[in-house]
Amino acid sequence: MQTMPEHRPSGSSEKPDEPATSEPALASSEKLKVVPKSRLGARENVFADQVFRGIVVLSALAILAIVGLIVFELLRESRPSMAKLGFRFLVKQIWDPVAEDFGALPFVYGTLVSSIVALILAVPLSVGTALFLTELCPRWLRGILSLLVELLSAIPSVIYGLWGIFVLSPFLRVYVEPFLARYFGWTGLFSGPKYGWGMLAAGVILAIMILPIIASITREVVTAVPRVQREAALALGATKWEMLRMAVLRNARPGIFGAVILGLGRALGETMAVTMVIGNRPEIMRSLFAPGHTLASVIANEFAEAATPVYFSALVEMALVLFVVTLIVNGLARLLIWSITRGMPARALA
Amino acid sequence: MHKPLHTISLRRRLSNGLALGLITLAALVVTVPLFLILGTVIYRGGSGLNWAFFTQIPKPIGEIGGGMANAIMGSVMLLAVASVIGVPLGIGAGVFLAEYGRNKFGNVVRFTADVLNGVPSVIIGLTAYALVVVVQKHFSLLAGSVALGIMMIPTISRTTEEVLLLVPQSIREAALGLGIPRWRTILSVVLRTASAGIVTSIMLAFARIAGETAPLMFTAFGNQYWNISLNQPTAALPLQIFAYSVMPYDQAHQQAWTGALVLISMIMLTVIVFRFFASRGEIKGAS
Repeated sequence: MQTMPEHRPSGSSEKPDEPATSEPALASSEKLKVVPKSRLGARENVFADQVFRGIVVLSALAILAIVGLIVFELLRESRPSMAKLGFRFLVKQIWDPVAEDFGALPFVYGTLVSSIVALILAVPLSVGTALFLTELCPRWLRGILSLLVELLSAIPSVIYGLWGIFVLSPFLRVYVEPFLARYFGWTGLFSGPKYGWGMLAAGVILAIMILPIIASITREVVTAVPRVQREAALALGATKWEMLRMAVLRNARPGIFGAVILGLGRALGETMAVTMVIGNRPEIMRSLFAPGHTLASVIANEFAEAATPVYFSALVEMALVLFVVTLIVNGLARLLIWSITRGMPARALA
Repeated sequence: MHKPLHTISLRRRLSNGLALGLITLAALVVTVPLFLILGTVIYRGGSGLNWAFFTQIPKPIGEIGGGMANAIMGSVMLLAVASVIGVPLGIGAGVFLAEYGRNKFGNVVRFTADVLNGVPSVIIGLTAYALVVVVQKHFSLLAGSVALGIMMIPTISRTTEEVLLLVPQSIREAALGLGIPRWRTILSVVLRTASAGIVTSIMLAFARIAGETAPLMFTAFGNQYWNISLNQPTAALPLQIFAYSVMPYDQAHQQAWTGALVLISMIMLTVIVFRFFASRGEIKGAS
């Protein structure tokens, strides 16, 4: 990479390799008298091309190497825990650092439940927003609204957490949780002491955090639906909503599903905001008011306390579980999105 | 032919109105959290904003005053060192993908970059811990920068690829036709043409990592004092905000809100500048 600045002179070339010509290469080539030889000889050029190619291939390989290293380190560091706890690690509920007995189940449960709550809240809102932006929005509003949605994704997660602790949790405790307990308490999902923080608060924060990504990708796939599909539906007498439902949503469905899955991937791995509002207690409770814990939040939270090798290794094994899950989820999402934006309907448009 | 809207049944008209109303409502609701969060941060953070915040290091708990000067500088240094790692690799990989990557190996790299983009930051932090902190035997600015630098690479490389592909093929052909070798064509013509887009891709990556907290907990660790050494633990704005927000003191909470205001202003400024470039058509579809 060090070659980049030094080979970028302002004209095309003032390199002193070939002192015979004083004018820049581009100027001399304009005369078209001789086929201009490059400043370097042909053999050097082939060599320079290969060096350059080698450099960019190396940086591409660096990406593969980094992902390889992540996998390698996670596997290596989690070996003590695997050796001591085996597969029971994944299904046990115990979390006892003193006895060095660990189980990941409450964390897997907390990760899944908080993410599912987030999806339930975020999916209708973000798909609606995407539809509004592409189909209904007046032109003057479109830029502003999409900027606002984008800014939401630029807020750091620690600030979401801060806001969650001091604004969202009290609000949930005073207004939302009593309401839910009163009318939906019979489900068992909304009962018990109302702290404000807990699984529900984590779900709400996560929902806000994944709104922008689901909305922006849904917007992309909805835009990829060919215009003729819409026009055909309208020509058959469909109302606008019927057109959206039959022509747009039906065609974009796999892509929207991909966007949702991608949002799920984000929610699963989110750390700071969750650890600040979820309550950090490794128990499986039916009520969403109860505190919980997630794979990512326990790593951040107990990392500093993990004094023994097995304790630390158990945390890394959690990271490994999280890595595998997000890998599967993100891979699936990419496939679905590609199937829409590079698949049949988009090609039919072109 | 001359039967306009009123022949559509009431049920269809109602469901149409209802659905469109709900879609509009969804778009409205989505903007609410943004205004609530920004409003709270400005309101609560603004009242703690003073000169000392930018010039002093944190006071011991219980004492009034103090600032986050060391954390602001720590964040700037972390970002600077992270970009030394992330920017060349990201641009290099982007050049590869755009210029040499129309093949199977390119697809593998593209997919891996997407995978890396989706890896939770806490896991990247753990990896940097194992790679740097364990080897050095202590937390350090370098370790934090490695974690953040890794996070920059996929963002920069995929956006660079996109903007390079926007450079018309005819420009490349013109340069090659003049006898300029390929490496020189890419460096002096293609990259130069796309430079505005590449700069904005770097800013996009900045905005993404500037607020990262989780990976820094295992690497930069935080520090109550100044640090300018690569090999020492260093303070960072997000870490300091986190540390203050979980303390049970009003004084600390006030500092956390002010820190949040400073951090968010830095990031929003970057994003809005990025959008400005984007709306001028120099970069498209970077998401």
